[in-house]
Amino acid sequence: MKRVFTGVLGAMALAALATTALAETKLTIATVNNGDMIRMQGLTDDFTKANPDIKLEWVTLEENVLREKVTTDIAAKGGQFDVLTIGTYEVPIWGKKGWLLPLTMVDDPADLLPAIAGGLTVDGKLMAAPFYGESSMVMYRKDLMDKAGMKMPDAPTWKDIREAADKMTDKANEVYGVCLRGKAGWGENMAFLTAMSNSFGARWFDENWKPQFDQPEWKDTLNFYLDLMKADGPPGASSNGFNENLALFNAGKCGMWIDATVAASFVTGKDSKVADKVGFALAPDNGLGKRGNWLWAWSLAIPAGSQKEEAAQKFVGWATSKHYTELVASKEGWANVPPGTRTSLYANPEYAKVPFAKMTLDSINAADPSKPTVKPVPYVGVQFVAIPEFAGLATTTGQIFSAALAGDKTADQALAEAQDAATREMTKSGYIK
Amino acid sequence: MATQQTRALGRLAVAPSVIALFMWMIVPLAMTIYFSFLRYSLLDPNYACSVLHPGQLFDEANRCLAGFSNYKYFLTDPAFFRAMGNSLKLVGWVLAISVVGGTLLALLLDQAFYGRGIVRIMMIAPFLVMPTVSALVWKNMMMNPVSGFLAYLFKLVGLQPIDWFAHYPLTAIVIMVAWQWVPFATLILLTSLQSLDEEQKEAAEMDGTPPLSYFWYIVLPHLLRPMTVVILIETIFLLNVFAEVYVTGTGGTAGNLPFLVYQYGLIANDIGGASAGGIIAVILANIVAFFLMRMIGKNLEA
Amino acid sequence: MARAISTKRKLIVTVLAWAIGFVIFFPILWTILTSFKMERDAIALPPIFLFFDWTTENYGIVQERSNYFQFAMNSIVLAVGSTFFALVLAIPSAWAMAFAPGKWTKDLLMWMLSTKMMPPVGALIPLYLIFRDFGLLDTRGGIITVLMLLNLPILIWMLYTYFKEIPGEILEASRMDGASLGKELLYVLAPMAIPGIASTVLLNIILAWNEAFWTLSLTTKSAAPLTQFIASYSSPEGLFWAKLSAASTMAIAPILVLGWFAQKQLVRGLTFGAVK
Repeated sequence: MKRVFTGVLGAMALAALATTALAETKLTIATVNNGDMIRMQGLTDDFTKANPDIKLEWVTLEENVLREKVTTDIAAKGGQFDVLTIGTYEVPIWGKKGWLLPLTMVDDPADLLPAIAGGLTVDGKLMAAPFYGESSMVMYRKDLMDKAGMKMPDAPTWKDIREAADKMTDKANEVYGVCLRGKAGWGENMAFLTAMSNSFGARWFDENWKPQFDQPEWKDTLNFYLDLMKADGPPGASSNGFNENLALFNAGKCGMWIDATVAASFVTGKDSKVADKVGFALAPDNGLGKRGNWLWAWSLAIPAGSQKEEAAQKFVGWATSKHYTELVASKEGWANVPPGTRTSLYANPEYAKVPFAKMTLDSINAADPSKPTVKPVPYVGVQFVAIPEFAGLATTTGQIFSAALAGDKTADQALAEAQDAATREMTKSGYIK
Repeated sequence: MATQQTRALGRLAVAPSVIALFMWMIVPLAMTIYFSFLRYSLLDPNYACSVLHPGQLFDEANRCLAGFSNYKYFLTDPAFFRAMGNSLKLVGWVLAISVVGGTLLALLLDQAFYGRGIVRIMMIAPFLVMPTVSALVWKNMMMNPVSGFLAYLFKLVGLQPIDWFAHYPLTAIVIMVAWQWVPFATLILLTSLQSLDEEQKEAAEMDGTPPLSYFWYIVLPHLLRPMTVVILIETIFLLNVFAEVYVTGTGGTAGNLPFLVYQYGLIANDIGGASAGGIIAVILANIVAFFLMRMIGKNLEA
Repeated sequence: MARAISTKRKLIVTVLAWAIGFVIFFPILWTILTSFKMERDAIALPPIFLFFDWTTENYGIVQERSNYFQFAMNSIVLAVGSTFFALVLAIPSAWAMAFAPGKWTKDLLMWMLSTKMMPPVGALIPLYLIFRDFGLLDTRGGIITVLMLLNLPILIWMLYTYFKEIPGEILEASRMDGASLGKELLYVLAPMAIPGIASTVLLNIILAWNEAFWTLSLTTKSAAPLTQFIASYSSPEGLFWAKLSAASTMAIAPILVLGWFAQKQLVRGLTFGAVK
């Protein structure tokens, strides 16, 4: 027994010695499991070679799980993560609460696209560096448009979209004029519907924080959406999120798909059956001054009170630098570079050769988070409302609207329910007095 | 049979477990009860708290007393009754399917046939799978209305594939959960069947008892005890089914109570509300357990 | 004396049993098959059963992206560790309840089971805060403790029912021979109860391995088991069914293999002494 004990003691001492000898900083990075992030993990050698005393530990999770873990950790000050991947929704809220450290080692901050940088700046300080930025746009099948005898304008209206969808739909052959998100989720169908509602002149709340689902603009939005999907959408649309629609489009089943600009590289990539037949256009509008596109950027941020600030700043600087962009381009081609963050990227002639580059940039520039809607609003955010209650509220609303798409309720019922839920929540949180 | 000394020793031996479990139960429970009476949001804007309770102090975690308002809010949520109903329906249906299905399968496996070992492991396997993996596999590769396997089968016989999660979400969840628990019930019932007296079987055969009566008067009573065990254990786990609802994104329509608590806590970041919900769920579970014990407890002479 | 069973009947039952077994096992089989397909084939309609281009690229990609072995090792340590410590507490308790019962025994048992009634989500923040304050976040020790407490009631109940089957006289005899409690437990009780203990251990390992909620919430990297590994494949961008299948197969394989080899024990384990 004694021998075992001394043995264990000895082993522990050795282990302690071993760890002190290394003295390297370990950064735990929380990221989302999308292609660009995964690509970055494959390229970390570049960083660790330049910074041999920093070791990177990746925690890759699905978006919702990630958001929960990161939020719990930062709010309860768990200190488990040194670098966080968060979105343009969290940055204004957390920045105001002083939960993030201002970034100091970002490569050429003036080069960042103003629309995106604006969403990540609080009190004049950049709180998160955009890793990639996106808006939304129309992706359409050039061949099906030709067959229908139509041409897609660069800046279509919703009427144009409806007309094109009607003509392209051929349900007997499993071709659906338009594939849109229907899956419930504040980042799924509600992101799309909120952005769409902007172009119909609708808004979530008026200046007194009263929910606006009982107003004609939201009614128009929802009715248009439901009619369009009923006439020209694929079956089971209420379960379709980004991935499902991507699969449908790549299999050739959609005439048009209005979704994130990042989808462009997927629909023109090797997994797509229609890679060479895709055209791009701006998200539609109704002539009211706002288009139906959204603005989002996955960004890297550092929690306040971090013990590893210097290493973290270095890493954030590296991951969002022009050097990193060039690295990806050299290894995987310009089409796979993380898009939507820097003006210099879009000025680069190499990148201009990528078919969707210009449309992506135009889409991003067409969105203004500080003035997202036609009528005035007390909040910022294009496809979300940057208040903490939004996530929960939009989740509920997303479920209601998804049910309407599934045919379980009428548009009017859905709107009434959404109005009730929103009023309840806003009253409870004290926004409505 | 146990002496005084053994009894004292017995109490000592049980003590560590009891203490550990007591701490495990009490500490989080007490904290949860405490939180349920606070306005505690992980992301609460200071503004709202002071407006509702002007002049009241709140610390850096943005908390302030809420009285029973969290409970009221949770209970008046239209989603609450739906969630409670779903919880009960889920438990009820899966219990029914696993007990009936388990009995039938056990009767089948009790027969002699070739390759029993392999068939047995095939039938046990679903129970061994991680609920999250099971949910992912069912959601994507089996139940996807366009490319899923079930959709394929439906099309094969000329039917329109069902969009499970849009139209029959609770049914889909019941199928997924039952798939995992039927093997469990089968195993327990099978092993019990195998202990059925050989002599009784032979006597019944020789008497020419019809199989149905044999089943009803001899097999079934014998199975009552293991069935009770199955029902008890399953209820404990089924009341807290979470992974399947979460992964399939059916929380809006088929969400059960644990999911609602999760929605409050981790999506809306309303810890006060989630704590209240958690307490309500515990109360509900204890009520269910009470009735369960009343109904079948006598089958379980400890 | 065994009855003579007609071969015809045996064959009919065989076909029926195999058919049902196949149907039940199918989702798992399908996952394993899909893990060897290319993404394009994975979503192909009509589904391709066997004649597709078999590839192991998915496994490669999954291993490259996430360090499977670290997750697997954590799963093993957590499952075995929590089972071991739970046994240390459970064996004496079950012994006491089986051989030195009082009027409190049955109620105690029921109370222990009732501790599993609270939906874990309700207790998440309290536990998270406790873990944070004691530096237990993302530590194997912390999770082992949680898993142990989670499954302790089940363990005690199972062991209790096994011990009840052991004739008390043998233990009494050893006591009268002067054996202390420790010796009695170790040298007399344990050997007789080995099959029961083995089955209990097995079931507990399975339950601990599959526990998703706490492992996801209280770990980030160092102590993260396979449940977290899977969480990064649940719905990434782009086509992912083949990769998901590969990751799923990798996540459940160890337990399936364990179940295969320990079939008999498992069957015994799930009887809870309901069998005489």
